[in-house]
Amino acid sequence: MAIHEILIQQLFNGLLIGSFYGLVAIGYSMVYGIIKLLNFAHGDIYMLGAFSGLVFLSIVAPTIGAGWGSLILGMLISMLLVGLVGVFIQRVAYRPMLKAPRLSILITALAVSMILYNTIMLLSSGRFLPFRTEISTESFFLGPLRLTETRVVLIVAAFALMFIMHMFITKTMYGKAMRAISLDRDTCQLMGIDVYKIIALTFFVGSALAAAAGIMAGVYYGTIHFYMGFLIGLKAFTAAVIGGIGIIPGAMLGGLLLGLLEAFGTQIPFIGTVWKDVFSFAFLILFLIFKPNGLLGRSESERM
Amino acid sequence: MADINKKAKTTNPFESIIEALFVFFEKKINMYAFIVLAVGFLVVFPNVSSRFTQEIMTNLFFYVVVCLGLNIIVGYAGLLHLGYAAFFAVGAYTTGILSSRMGMDFWLTIPFSIVAAVIAGLAIGFPTLRLRGDYLAIVTLGFGEITRLTIRNLDITGGAIGLIGIQRPVLFGITLNQITHFYYMFFILAIIAIIVSYRLENSRMGRAWEYIREDEDAAAAMGINVVTTRLYAFIIGSSFGAVGGSFFAAKMTAISPDSFMFIHSVMFLMAVVLGGMGKIPGVVLGSMLVVLIPEVARGIGPYRLLIFGFLLLIIMLYRPQGIWPDKPAISAKE
Amino acid sequence: MALLEIKDLTLRFGGLCAVNALSLEIEEGSIRSLIGPNGAGKTCVFNCMTGFYIPSDGEIKFQGQSLREKKPHYITYLGLARTFQNLRLFKGMSVLENVMSGMHCRSKAAFLTTVLRTKGQKAEERHIREVAEECLDFVGILDKKDFIASNLPYGDQRKVEWARALATQPKLLLLDEPAAGLNKDEKSRLIELMHRIRDERDITIFLIEHDMGLVMKISEKIFVIDYGVKIAEGNAQEVRDNPKVVEAYLGKEEEETA
Repeated sequence: MAIHEILIQQLFNGLLIGSFYGLVAIGYSMVYGIIKLLNFAHGDIYMLGAFSGLVFLSIVAPTIGAGWGSLILGMLISMLLVGLVGVFIQRVAYRPMLKAPRLSILITALAVSMILYNTIMLLSSGRFLPFRTEISTESFFLGPLRLTETRVVLIVAAFALMFIMHMFITKTMYGKAMRAISLDRDTCQLMGIDVYKIIALTFFVGSALAAAAGIMAGVYYGTIHFYMGFLIGLKAFTAAVIGGIGIIPGAMLGGLLLGLLEAFGTQIPFIGTVWKDVFSFAFLILFLIFKPNGLLGRSESERM
Repeated sequence: MADINKKAKTTNPFESIIEALFVFFEKKINMYAFIVLAVGFLVVFPNVSSRFTQEIMTNLFFYVVVCLGLNIIVGYAGLLHLGYAAFFAVGAYTTGILSSRMGMDFWLTIPFSIVAAVIAGLAIGFPTLRLRGDYLAIVTLGFGEITRLTIRNLDITGGAIGLIGIQRPVLFGITLNQITHFYYMFFILAIIAIIVSYRLENSRMGRAWEYIREDEDAAAAMGINVVTTRLYAFIIGSSFGAVGGSFFAAKMTAISPDSFMFIHSVMFLMAVVLGGMGKIPGVVLGSMLVVLIPEVARGIGPYRLLIFGFLLLIIMLYRPQGIWPDKPAISAKE
Repeated sequence: MALLEIKDLTLRFGGLCAVNALSLEIEEGSIRSLIGPNGAGKTCVFNCMTGFYIPSDGEIKFQGQSLREKKPHYITYLGLARTFQNLRLFKGMSVLENVMSGMHCRSKAAFLTTVLRTKGQKAEERHIREVAEECLDFVGILDKKDFIASNLPYGDQRKVEWARALATQPKLLLLDEPAAGLNKDEKSRLIELMHRIRDERDITIFLIEHDMGLVMKISEKIFVIDYGVKIAEGNAQEVRDNPKVVEAYLGKEEEETA
């Protein structure tokens, strides 16, 4: 394949994977912005989304098949259910810890993560499960790009979700409230904003998006595994840092950028697919050294 | 004037026992007597126990060494480290490579192992500790994974199969190759680790870590360089792990990436947190729990991690300071 | 050369100008005050001086050395100590340990000497303890040294805060509203203490205060700031009679009651 064909293909792949990273990073960033917690269990929420999608499909497949209709329905239902799980976790494990030292809540998030992935591990007997769908895998060409119907739908859906998210954050009262709380929680409470409700909403939205990404990943990769949340959590954090932690458009941008960097990185001879993750991690360290506030972030001044 | 420092008399029998114990051990002679007895018991222990039990105890001592190192980072400096297995791996593989591939004498590999840990610690700590302490958690997690992947993909580390043929240490002409040898070796290491931790805790450094934990900005206003002080904790703590790793490699004579996974980082952290972060006896207790519970409750097998996850959650919600009791607020000097 | 020189100090937060081209000088051995209505920018000035905020413009020179862009811990090391308006003691630690923190930058035991418990390290630990106890004695609460800081009544906690700052052996001491929450007796003892700090320990004092009576009694020179701008400078009499000062305070009162 000619160089420009490879590049365009990787551009598409990068944007596609990047949009998954972006969707997960949004939730990560939102939660950090609002309660300063790096929700370690967020990657496992993504994994839960994938598994709940699989369960839904296996239930409805005999009756309505596993085509796009079922998939979309499954995704919406998963988003709802996993979103509620996110709210539940927040209520039980994180809300009691809001005034505790930061170290404690981080460890709590670790505990939640362990509980989530071990539960799924036991339920799935630790196996890789195939994500069986009945959508076409025929490929076609759009110029030099080799695409499948699936990939096109996925990337469109991911971008659509990100767009909806952006509208939500900037145009609605809830979005404004979220941003206000991330700046000064106590004052918001004094101003009559129901801070706890907004925090719960943040977890709902973030978890729903991660769940959507999880199902999309299931469709894309074809198999799911109880440990799939682990690496995505790291990637989402990297994406959030690149874009600017706490900033939603930053998370989206960071996700896309990370996806592109990875896709192009696999083409570099020394790196290939083997060192892809090390390559991403190196970017994390680089950003932390040179641009810790990310591409879209401004430096904060201390409040004394 | 009302004595503000005295707690109201409690009727809780459990608390009274704890109080009584603390008062008992306040007397130096009682403390020393207890230590002498405990050490004495552990010294003669191998004579009255099976090889299997000695193996478990050796594992326990190993955990104490490694977890005390993690305790400096998590307990004293208040930084969450989720990739401690990586530093343990750095130590083990440094010794492994130098020993099996270059035939270096074991004891000589130890300084190299420490230097490697310090370099790794600086590489990770320096960019991250200038920023918020929360970032360190994820960065160390990433570093743990990257280390494992790198070890698995390089030839010099033996790839997925690992290294074999690591030489056993020779001490005063005796080659250490029996479990009893390693029992005493790790026992001595554990004692050294406890002494070093104790001295650090009750020193200018130890206080600096506590000041930072209490109030980072006030500590800075008092002249404490928060970043370098945290970096110190990170590097010193990592070195403990590396040393533990070196001895681990010598004991196993063969190491593979499977011993240095995320789950091991979690186990070390669990021991520190469950027992009581920042408290030396707490870490010892936590190590005992993490090492001995799976031995005692063999049946829980695959449910082990799930149970530990719930334990961790419960401890965090209801007793974040860990199981080991705190000193009662009553000051004996009144 | 004055001990502290601030020239055209400006601090902007986005569109808001918290401090605007402020200039002042503090001579060695003096007691000076910074007053102004609430929100005038007084604590911002302190935060700029101590490295917690980076000024947008202007210069701060301490003993001839520029303090711009220097980190807080380094500024303390240079000899400029501060107390906090809202008392930031190390709550879970004992009073003595709190004060010992001040000696951190005046000592140097690191890993090796600590672990090996060298003679030098032991001597240094003793010295740290002695200095801390001496500071506690100076402010008058040595008898409470083993109490947990958060268990003390407010007035005593304030004393711990001062002792802690004194332990850093500063040349210039910044006191942020030291009289807040004190009763009449405690306030006159505070005035005594400040005089002793200046006379017995050779420390220059710069304080932010709201209590006019206290300020008038203790400061040789007063700086008045409003909306980030210095509007007056002089001794108690001059400031009291200055129409701009009266307007700044009274004008504010009118707004508040409206």
